[in-house]
Amino acid sequence: MAADNTHSAPANPVDIPWDAVLEWGLALASTGLIVSGAIFVLAGALGVLRMPDFFTRMHAAGMTDTLGAEFILLGLMLQAGFSQMTLKLLLVAFFLFLTSPTATHAIANAALKSGLKPQLGPYKAPELSEIEGKTPSEGAH
Amino acid sequence: MADEFLLKVYVAAAVLMMVGMALLLVRLIAGPALYDRALAVNSFGTKVVLFLCLFSLMNGRQDGVDIAILYALMNFIATVAILKFFRYRGLTGPMTSLPGSSKFDRLREARRQKEAS
Amino acid sequence: MVRYAIILALVMLLYWLTLSFYFEPLIVGFGIASVLFAVGLCYRMRILDSETVPYMHTMTTIGYFGWLFLEVVKANFAVVKAVLRPDMEISPTLLTVPTPQKTDIGKTMFANSITLTPGTVSMDIDDDGILVHALLAEMADPDDFVEMGQRAGFSVSEVSS
Repeated sequence: MAADNTHSAPANPVDIPWDAVLEWGLALASTGLIVSGAIFVLAGALGVLRMPDFFTRMHAAGMTDTLGAEFILLGLMLQAGFSQMTLKLLLVAFFLFLTSPTATHAIANAALKSGLKPQLGPYKAPELSEIEGKTPSEGAH
Repeated sequence: MADEFLLKVYVAAAVLMMVGMALLLVRLIAGPALYDRALAVNSFGTKVVLFLCLFSLMNGRQDGVDIAILYALMNFIATVAILKFFRYRGLTGPMTSLPGSSKFDRLREARRQKEAS
Repeated sequence: MVRYAIILALVMLLYWLTLSFYFEPLIVGFGIASVLFAVGLCYRMRILDSETVPYMHTMTTIGYFGWLFLEVVKANFAVVKAVLRPDMEISPTLLTVPTPQKTDIGKTMFANSITLTPGTVSMDIDDDGILVHALLAEMADPDDFVEMGQRAGFSVSEVSS
């Protein structure tokens, strides 16, 4: 980690402390990546909760697994520097990159073969007034 | 300086991810079909992997990342095993009832003979 | 057969070194012993073929993953917008995408790329092509998949028709 505060104070006021600039640049870059990745993860979970049927929920879950995960791992890799930690994080990213679409395809294929029918055509979320008075199981397929 | 700032960022990202995990738990309990639950478990596992990576960097220790690699692989295998169990009601037999699997086996056998020669 | 065994052993040795990171002779010797044991096990199970060891031209594959990542980023924003909109206007569509790739690994790469791109999931594959479920109607144009199919076939060093 960029834990060492070894850079000394600048000798004269014009001298730019490059160590601190590099440290803060890396910190800000990984902050952007990690926060946007976490927001993607949260949006994916929200989509899994909101979407109307199984096959559309699958899309939301897959979005989490691809971009959210890769962004967070990239941001962590920037902080880990050149070390064994970076290689391990790279392995995690590689395995997620390979296995998550395969798992999504496996679930989708199993659902299709078991006879679950996808709900096709344009769909809009119902208004709050329409939902009230209905039983919760109404939205199930 | 930058370290304290980054620690706050890690904590914020971890809190966002925990909110996402809570939302997925709701889908896991409410999900009408088996496949919704399998999907929720798989997605939850991905978030656990990311959370472990964040947590181990927060502590500056490497142990969490090892567990994250294992968890990523186990998560995939568990998902596939659950799906196979509920489709064939067993884990040991070959997937013979899969449509077109006999053709697949024939292709594989033909390629193996071609490579052996 | 020997080529597959050598490549598999090299990949597993790299994996061991990454996870252990001890370069003492004893520990590396343990690693070499277990790699040889695993390769022997694979030989005995008769799975040392192009499916266990999908040897690819690494540079083109890495370049393809870079191109794919940009596509994933572009498609992701459309899906996030659809999820976060209060009225959530989506229009799920089914379509069949033809597979011009010749080899199994090329078809696998293409189907995996379709699933990896948010908003489209490959659901089934047969002789006609890949059955794709798209979240938005504007993503369900078979012409959009032609370039991805060609690149996916090229990345595993096969010439697509």
